[in-house]
Amino acid sequence: MIETISWLIPLPPLLAFGLIVLFAYRSNRVSHTLGIGAMLITWALAMSVFLFAVSGGELPVSAEVEWLPTGDSSFNIGIWIDSLTAVTLFFVAWTMLAIFVYSVGYHNYGKARDPKDRPGLPPHAGGIDPMYARFFAFISLFAFGMLALVVTDNLLVLFVGWEIMGMCSYMLIGFWYGKDSAKAAMVKAFMTTRVGDVFMLLGLAYLYWLTGTLTYSEILFNPETLERLATTPSVLGPGTSAAALIALLFFIGTVGKSAQWPLHTWLPDAMEGPTPVSAMIHAATMVSAGIYLILRIFPLISAGWQPGEPLPDIMVIIAFIGAFTALFASTLAIGQNDIKRVLAYSTISQLGYMVAAVGIGAFVAAAFHLVVHAFFKGLLFLGSGSVIHGVEHGAHETGDHIDPNDMTHMGGLWKKMPLTFWTFLIGGLTLAGFPIVTAGFWSKDEILAEAFGTGHIAVFIVLALAAFITAFYIMRQITMTFLGKPRSEAAKHAHESTWTMTVPLVVLAIFSVTIGWAGIPRGFPVLSSLVPNWVQEFVDATLLEPAEALEFNSIPLLVSVSVALGGLLIGYLMYRRLEAGAPDPLARLGRVYVWIQDKFYFDELYDFLFVRPAYWFAETFVYRGIDRRVIDGFLHWVAGLAGRLGGFLRNKIDLPIINGTADLVGEGVKTASHEGRVIQTGRIQTYLVVGIIFTGALLSYIFFLL
Amino acid sequence: MVPLSWFLILGAALFAVGLFGVLARRNAIAILMGIELMLNAVNLNLLAFWRYLWSDSLTGVVFVIVVLAVAAAEVAVGLALIISIYRRRSTIVAEEINLLKW
Repeated sequence: MIETISWLIPLPPLLAFGLIVLFAYRSNRVSHTLGIGAMLITWALAMSVFLFAVSGGELPVSAEVEWLPTGDSSFNIGIWIDSLTAVTLFFVAWTMLAIFVYSVGYHNYGKARDPKDRPGLPPHAGGIDPMYARFFAFISLFAFGMLALVVTDNLLVLFVGWEIMGMCSYMLIGFWYGKDSAKAAMVKAFMTTRVGDVFMLLGLAYLYWLTGTLTYSEILFNPETLERLATTPSVLGPGTSAAALIALLFFIGTVGKSAQWPLHTWLPDAMEGPTPVSAMIHAATMVSAGIYLILRIFPLISAGWQPGEPLPDIMVIIAFIGAFTALFASTLAIGQNDIKRVLAYSTISQLGYMVAAVGIGAFVAAAFHLVVHAFFKGLLFLGSGSVIHGVEHGAHETGDHIDPNDMTHMGGLWKKMPLTFWTFLIGGLTLAGFPIVTAGFWSKDEILAEAFGTGHIAVFIVLALAAFITAFYIMRQITMTFLGKPRSEAAKHAHESTWTMTVPLVVLAIFSVTIGWAGIPRGFPVLSSLVPNWVQEFVDATLLEPAEALEFNSIPLLVSVSVALGGLLIGYLMYRRLEAGAPDPLARLGRVYVWIQDKFYFDELYDFLFVRPAYWFAETFVYRGIDRRVIDGFLHWVAGLAGRLGGFLRNKIDLPIINGTADLVGEGVKTASHEGRVIQTGRIQTYLVVGIIFTGALLSYIFFLL
Repeated sequence: MVPLSWFLILGAALFAVGLFGVLARRNAIAILMGIELMLNAVNLNLLAFWRYLWSDSLTGVVFVIVVLAVAAAEVAVGLALIISIYRRRSTIVAEEINLLKW
């Protein structure tokens, strides 16, 4: 029963995608009903699996069927529901459902289509999007990719889901493909994640080569295989283990998908897509898939390592990349004025947190933060979409031509859009880790506590610093957007969004607060006696050797509280009196602020290092050198040869011999018949005379000569 | 009794007259008449040979009757053709009826 349900989880969105694309695309109503209906079914299935898992059902649930025969063996596909899958399903189903519903309002369902709107461009004046149905088809397919990735029991199907999401991401970032910036962003996102995907595919191939299987149960939950992989030297040399190399290759896939440094540049540009896409793909689910992957392969990453021992190289690399990204991306977020870009960098930074947590072996903390982050980041993105929508409406009413994403034009929106404000505030405080009440506090605190408790002080300091900056930039955003006085006419005339947009906000806001109560660490004063640390117990069961929960320590807690509150306070104080047209208070930093605004020139660096050499290579070397000279030259030579051969055949063989013979026959027959037709007079009596003469001759021959 | 050769000479003469008519006359009806003469010359030969050589069987007589029947049919078709041609081209002169030429 529970197996059947698990099998069915990914299928409704796929079905909806097919139906919309093939049949329903003409009707917006049918299309979104199909999309949301399918998502609702999936949500119900996922919730029943989740409830089964948390109510003490026997885990893992697994089943498989034969899919492809590969020589002697066969490749199986199946499902694998353990506690990690269950919690992932929980947040994926909730956030996806919220985003599906939100999209109805965001794309102005119910408004008339503006005749000036063109497919591939955002609506000018609040009309329904011309490609409304297509949007639901794409996000349905996307949902299928994510769900397939989550419930599968082997890495190959995971990779398939991964790539489906990559493609949907490409199509949805470029949903408004009429904008040049969207086109560039879609290509950039696809190419950058592809770099990671290629390495991941290499990892898959290497793993399959070594073990002959890609199924979780035979690799990740099989101590013998892990032991063997950990002791086998890799192809790189004797100092490295195969497990580490495979884990590294997979981790590079995560770096691409979850936009970690140095492959982080695509995610901020991906904000060109519609906001539900930003929320769904670039906050709640797709980038989470990268973290899900490294959580999934955590046994492989940590193969041969016991908690308490010094970290192996691979985990040091992961911890370094994660911690560095967390700090680096959070500093970039403070220089952005685009409301969505701030959140994009924030996403990178928070994903860095999780990666760092995996790197120091804090499996449960990473999973917990993954869940919490999906809720509050989905909430923040949807909230920002609601803000943009409101400001756009204001801009249409007043005829103001401003960028509706630019926070410097906002301010004072809390009166105009109360529901959006309060939910966004909750999301923001959760992100900042506001003590006790928000889920972000518990999950972030857990990561910090793990880093401190296991003695990785460097990671702890970097993450704490990042947490401080995080609290600062989110308060800067909230203050610039909602507090103070309106800094433009559009902001004065903004108004609250429709219920299809605000209800998902409220739902996600509730989760952003309540999820944290499931993970209050043991030993926390007062509260821990009220609620058990459910996350720790449940999620830890994923691993073969569950780690011991750390002893409670008040130092990371105090640090966490003080950085969160400090960041929030400074952010509020610095931005509460921002005037229209005034320079950003951070501009006092001078050159550093310029660097931050220019994102530390990573785009320029990659442009210089990869894009332009690629263009040069394509233009000068491949096009002019190889294509024009070698390939074209060879082709022209062959063509010339063929031309001469053809000429010879035509002039020496075809014309004289073949045509000659044919003409001779034709002309001969023609001449002969022309000459011969005089005997055909048409006079019956002539024929009769001829007949008589010949009959006479024949008779004479018979009589006289025989 | 009249000798066989007389009949044969008469038959040959009739055949020659018929053949001359067919070859020389321009009128299509006259040509048909010539053909009739030639057929009857043949009939005469058949009867003569039957009478003198195989009078104990009926073969010769039956053959002549068959030839007469075929001749009648042929004349009927021939005259119908001539009438049809005359209606279309207002002529029954043989050399002007040259539809089959070229």
